Parts: sequence; structure tokens; C-alpha cells
Amino acid sequence: MMFKKLNITCDEATTICDKNQYGEASFFDKIKIQIHFLKCKICALYTKQNMLLTKAYKSKGASDKVKSSSLCMSQEDKEKLRKELEKLNTQ
Amino acid sequence: MSEPTLTEHKLDPNKWIDKYSDYLFNYTIVRVNNYDISKDLVQETFFAGLKSAKNFQGKASERTWLISILKRKIIDYYRKINSKKGQAEVRMNFYSDGENEGNWIEERVPQSWDNEAEKQIENVELHNQIDACIDHLPEKQAMVFRMKTIQEIDTEDICKELDITSSNLWVIIHRARTQLRKCLEENWFNN
Repeated sequence: MMFKKLNITCDEATTICDKNQYGEASFFDKIKIQIHFLKCKICALYTKQNMLLTKAYKSKGASDKVKSSSLCMSQEDKEKLRKELEKLNTQ
Repeated sequence: MSEPTLTEHKLDPNKWIDKYSDYLFNYTIVRVNNYDISKDLVQETFFAGLKSAKNFQGKASERTWLISILKRKIIDYYRKINSKKGQAEVRMNFYSDGENEGNWIEERVPQSWDNEAEKQIENVELHNQIDACIDHLPEKQAMVFRMKTIQEIDTEDICKELDITSSNLWVIIHRARTQLRKCLEENWFNN
């Protein structure tokens, strides 16, 4: 029974691996993937590449967050919206 | 008889644009990543706020109240993109049934990348390629992936904001990441 639970598919192993990239895989999950890696080199490679991708996503996220903090509506769109709101508000 | 206290909040719709449009717009665009959709959602929020202004009890601040309306608009938007079928081709990475169920599909098996891959993490062109690959994901996957990975919003908060379970979230993240890996392999790492 216990043994069956430890036996996971590549789909499940890579799902855990993805979760682990955010530090949210459980201890038991981590054991399960380590056992899976012993017999599956493809998923081990997936994990290695996943760690590299996580670093790239983080680096991208950091620069995106700086950019997005200054994103706002154009003055033109704000004025249009202001007029419509005023119109509705006086009805 | 209860007297109105100083802390009671009032609505002043004529000032909404100046006071809240930037905040609400920014809150929206980091989630939906599209200017026009964000503009529309903020507009709908203000209109809905005006329509239900008589229900405002002054318990929360005007801003909190408007955000709660916007959050419902974002859930509605998420449900709408979630129900759109076939808008982007969903490629499977694993067999979904038969004796190979859960195994990698041969042509989707990860290939090894060259040794220089590690040095490219901060490359702006790679970041642009990541954007292009995210844009090829189904909208729902793109939205959840961006919120979790790029904006680094907590799992619990995303689940609340989109009204999904955490196992649901991890399935979406898994599909998005396997898809992105393949896209980046073809267009960047082994190009």
C-alpha cells in the first residue's frame, strides 16, 4: 500500500516539481520525486531545467514589477471616464 | 438613536477618478496584463459603484468598497476566460489514458540544453521570449501563471481572488510551466 503511494507517474512527478519551485511541496512529495528520479532521467532533467527557468522567471518578474508599478490609464481615457461618471452621477 | 461618528465614510463619485483610478487600474493590469481589459474592468467597477451607492453603509472606506467591487469583476472575467474553449491550442505533454497514462508523450520529452543556458537568466531578450511564450498559453493559464510567478502573489490569495482550490491552481501552474518549457526550448535554448 505504502509502496503504491510512492510510485508516481511523470505527470505527477513534474507537478510536484513545479510546486517545489515555489517552495510549496510537502516533505512526502519531495521523497516521492526523489524516488521517481532514480528510475526516470527525463523528469530529473525537467527538474534541473525547471530550476533554471525559475531563476529566469524571477529575474523577469523583478523587472516587470518595476515597470508595472508605473502603469496607469492614459489622461485621455481618464477624462472620457470622468465625463461618463459625471453624466451618470447627475441622472 | 445612533449619532453619526467622525469615522463614518461617505462616497464622493466626482473624485473617484482622481483618487482611485490609478490604484484600481494598476491592481487590475498586473493580473490581466492587458490595457483595454483593465480599463474596461475599472470603468465597470466605477459604474457598478455608482449604481449601488445607495447600499454603501460607510463601514468600510470608499477605497476598500471599490476594491471589493473590482475583485468581483476580476472573478467574473476569470470565469469568462475559463469557459472559453478552444481559444488557444492546448498541447498535451503527458498521455491522459491507456497503458502510458501519465508518461511523457515522445515528442514532448525535454531535450538537454547547451551549457550556456545558465548565463542567460537576466538576458532581456530571453525575458521578451518568455512574454511571447506566455502569450501563447490559454488565457486562464497565462493569468494564473503571471499572478503566481511574475507578481509572486500568495497561493492562498490567488485562490481567494479567483475562487479556485489550491489543487486547481497547481494543475494550472503545472500545465503552464510544461508548456512554457517546451516553447522556450524551441524558441530560445535550442534555437
